[in-house]
Amino acid sequence: MSTTTIAAAPAAPKVETPFQRFVSEFAASRIALFGLVLFLAIVAIAVLAPFIAPQNPYDLAQLDIMDGRLEPGTVGAGGFTYWLGTDDQGRDMLSGIMYGLRISLMVGAGSAIIACLVGASLGMLAAYAGGRTDSLIMRLVDLQLSFPAILAALMILAFLGKGILNVVFALVIVEWAYYARTVRGSALVERRREYIEAAQCLALPTRRIIFRHLLPNCLPPLIVVGTMQVARAIALEATLSFLGLGVPITEPSLGLLIANGYEYMLSGKYWISFYPGIALLVTIVSINLVGDQLRDVLNPRLKR
Amino acid sequence: MSAPTLEVRNLKTHFFTRGGVVKAVDDVSFTVEAGKVLGLVGESGSGKTVTGFSILGLVDPPGRIAGGQILFKGRDLATLPEAEMRGLRGNRIAMIFQDPMMTLNPVLRIDTQMIETVQAHAKVSREEARQRARDALGQVGIPSPDERLKSYPHQFSGGMRQRVAIAIALLHKPDVIVADEPTTALDVTIQGQILAEAQKLCAQFGTALVWITHDLSVVAGLADDIAVMYAGKVVESGPVAQVLDAPLHPYTLGLIGSVPSRNHRGEPLRQIPGMTPSLLNLPAGCAFRSRCPRAEPGCAEPPPFAEYRPGQHARCIHPHQEAVAA
Amino acid sequence: MTAFLLRRLIQAAAVVLVMSLLVFLGVFAVGDPIEILISPEADQFERERAIKALGLDLPLWRQYLVFLGNALRGDLGRSFVFNEPALRLILDRMPATLELAVGATVAALIIGLPLGLYAGLKPNSPLSKGIMATSILGFSLPTFWVGLMLIMVFAVQLGWLPSTGRGETVTILGMRWSFLTRDGIAHLIMPALNLALFKISLVIRLTRAGVRETMLMDYVKFARAKGLSPARVTFVHVFKNILIPVVTVVGLEFGGTIAFSVVTESVFAWPGMGKLIIDSINVLDRPVMVAYLMMIVLLFITINLVVDITYSLLDPRVRLEGKS
Repeated sequence: MSTTTIAAAPAAPKVETPFQRFVSEFAASRIALFGLVLFLAIVAIAVLAPFIAPQNPYDLAQLDIMDGRLEPGTVGAGGFTYWLGTDDQGRDMLSGIMYGLRISLMVGAGSAIIACLVGASLGMLAAYAGGRTDSLIMRLVDLQLSFPAILAALMILAFLGKGILNVVFALVIVEWAYYARTVRGSALVERRREYIEAAQCLALPTRRIIFRHLLPNCLPPLIVVGTMQVARAIALEATLSFLGLGVPITEPSLGLLIANGYEYMLSGKYWISFYPGIALLVTIVSINLVGDQLRDVLNPRLKR
Repeated sequence: MSAPTLEVRNLKTHFFTRGGVVKAVDDVSFTVEAGKVLGLVGESGSGKTVTGFSILGLVDPPGRIAGGQILFKGRDLATLPEAEMRGLRGNRIAMIFQDPMMTLNPVLRIDTQMIETVQAHAKVSREEARQRARDALGQVGIPSPDERLKSYPHQFSGGMRQRVAIAIALLHKPDVIVADEPTTALDVTIQGQILAEAQKLCAQFGTALVWITHDLSVVAGLADDIAVMYAGKVVESGPVAQVLDAPLHPYTLGLIGSVPSRNHRGEPLRQIPGMTPSLLNLPAGCAFRSRCPRAEPGCAEPPPFAEYRPGQHARCIHPHQEAVAA
Repeated sequence: MTAFLLRRLIQAAAVVLVMSLLVFLGVFAVGDPIEILISPEADQFERERAIKALGLDLPLWRQYLVFLGNALRGDLGRSFVFNEPALRLILDRMPATLELAVGATVAALIIGLPLGLYAGLKPNSPLSKGIMATSILGFSLPTFWVGLMLIMVFAVQLGWLPSTGRGETVTILGMRWSFLTRDGIAHLIMPALNLALFKISLVIRLTRAGVRETMLMDYVKFARAKGLSPARVTFVHVFKNILIPVVTVVGLEFGGTIAFSVVTESVFAWPGMGKLIIDSINVLDRPVMVAYLMMIVLLFITINLVVDITYSLLDPRVRLEGKS
């Protein structure tokens, strides 16, 4: 078969799958695409930190206390260039940030996923069961949302103590309500649609209706909320760690790195706090850029 | 002979949107003398409201007046600087809007909204301004105006609010009032009262009134002259009785035929087939030809706006010369 | 209006009750109250006595009633660290926090309203786009880090503003205030701006959205048709309508601002409730934590009530519904 026959064949009408359409709509915004690339790069750095970081900041053998608080670009005692300077322990800031990103992203994503599972289940339950279950769950949601996240998390950690798992737990507690509200909202709309009624008339099992029919339709808003909540969780974790209530010193996240530099700030040694802050900022902004565009693309109200 | 109060000549108001140029008003001409009423008639989207906003210089970007003249006592408003235009607005030329529920600011008291109008154009004290506001409310038949001045718009019914809007328009006894379907949103009985009120006041003050409406029966009872708009153009104009009894343009005829009372009992209502065309990229020639029962190849050329009978113009190459059989 | 107030007060009381139950459960049921409420330095005899005194040998529901009764009399326990009633400690530091939060709110309105107004009136100008882009940054920037950067630039590098503390204060009505002295104001600027950061972005966005929506309203066009000056149309007709949603949101945010002042106070060593609570958490001074939590809940409810009333004063439509 020659190439000419292929070219001569009538071009089949181009059918875009919803996913392809979603991809092309998302890519329409350059700045969102930039955010996505940035975010993926950050994730890659975090994942690959043990392999690409110049130094293992946890390995005390590699640290030289004589190299403490060196300015960015200084060459240390071991002939090693500290591009972003060192902290009070003589740790390379660049490596510290890479490892810190790991913790920050892990806590942010982990809490978001658990909160999403918990919240989405409760929201779905509220929408599907209705009645008293619904109003009980929604009262809880209202109560949760009316109380500032930072305070609730602060109190939980105050009683539980520091630790990565405790932070994740606290973040889940303050975030599940957003997911629950989102899922309940869209599930209630979908529930009234005829196709659900049709499914019920066919006596399909409830489980099947929920997972095959209701859930897929609640997914778009859930993804949007989820993206934004990851950014929020990362920022909140950093704040809590900065206040000394988050992750332990042995597993420093970006927030804790910034806190470590606080006392040296006043003597002009800005880099210990500055660079981890920039890393934190870039991470949050990149997620928000992606989230903004997702919201525009996935929002059915904005669809023509 | 002195210049008429308002003369619109070949007005073009276009909206320069991303999708192309929307010619909302494209060659509109009419004249209104002092104390007379012009009925500006057309379907929604025909450009009547934009014509009204053009007269007051209230067309917002991306729209602007792209051509023609709006002569107010001989002065061209289309080229008047904004500062001078503002001096005329609400003072010599006033407007009444369609939806009385939306025209009054919900968070300001009636007295605030009236006094600011008085003080925008007359250097008078607050007390004096309040006095004038009170008088204006009395004129439009609002009982106990003193009390009413202290109220907020939401405490009024729709008809009352429209009276307040009319009172505001009348504050400076303007030379021209543009009324944009001011009775459409009201009950029929209130509609009648407002119409009578408007007619009386305009005659009393010698105000030239441009009454924009889609309702031919309103025009029949109120107007002296009529201008029928279709797709941004005036397709027919003339003295009201003449146009309604013997329309030249097929579109005017169609409009008259669509009024239930003009039909005989038992006969099916006549309708104009099809829909108003999109104003974006209108084809050349007569815009009505796709719906016109008399369309012919010649209609693809832009028809001239010609005087077929004394004072009665039409934009059609094959007008109905016979009287309507009704 | 009275019926409306009464209903709101009953609702508020219900929320306080629920929150007190939650706090009680958090402290007394989940944690070990002996460990929480009795200083770790106490010896066996003191412990026994304290358990009796605190009624910890009673059943849980009786304990709750006792807790509630004490709380109603203003007794929320004594601080281990300061050996003072926890409530008094909190109240002593409240003016500093309120001052900071009010300063932040005022700053947010002063900065946010004009910028939002401009961005709404001229949505396509480059400056407006810049304002909106910056406001996105305001949402993304971690507050505590911005605080550090402010200190670094304005206190350390430029030396223009002091970095920590409240500075000189004046005592009025038995409370110390910073904003009445020059030195106090200098100390207040950076923390207030830092705390305002998020709110400035919020006010800009709300104002811009409100302006754009309101400008399309018939009554704005009618106001212009009356021949009013653009300034009058903008500042009276448009602005007054926008003020309602902005005031509501900013008011509701006030509670959040007080909560978030925990972070700002820690960064700037501002001696308010937030700094106290962080210090208390770090030394496990739990009665103070309980007292703080209850105070915050009360504050929140008060704020909600005040916002509702303000709202009804601003919007005549709401006011009338309340009356009839």
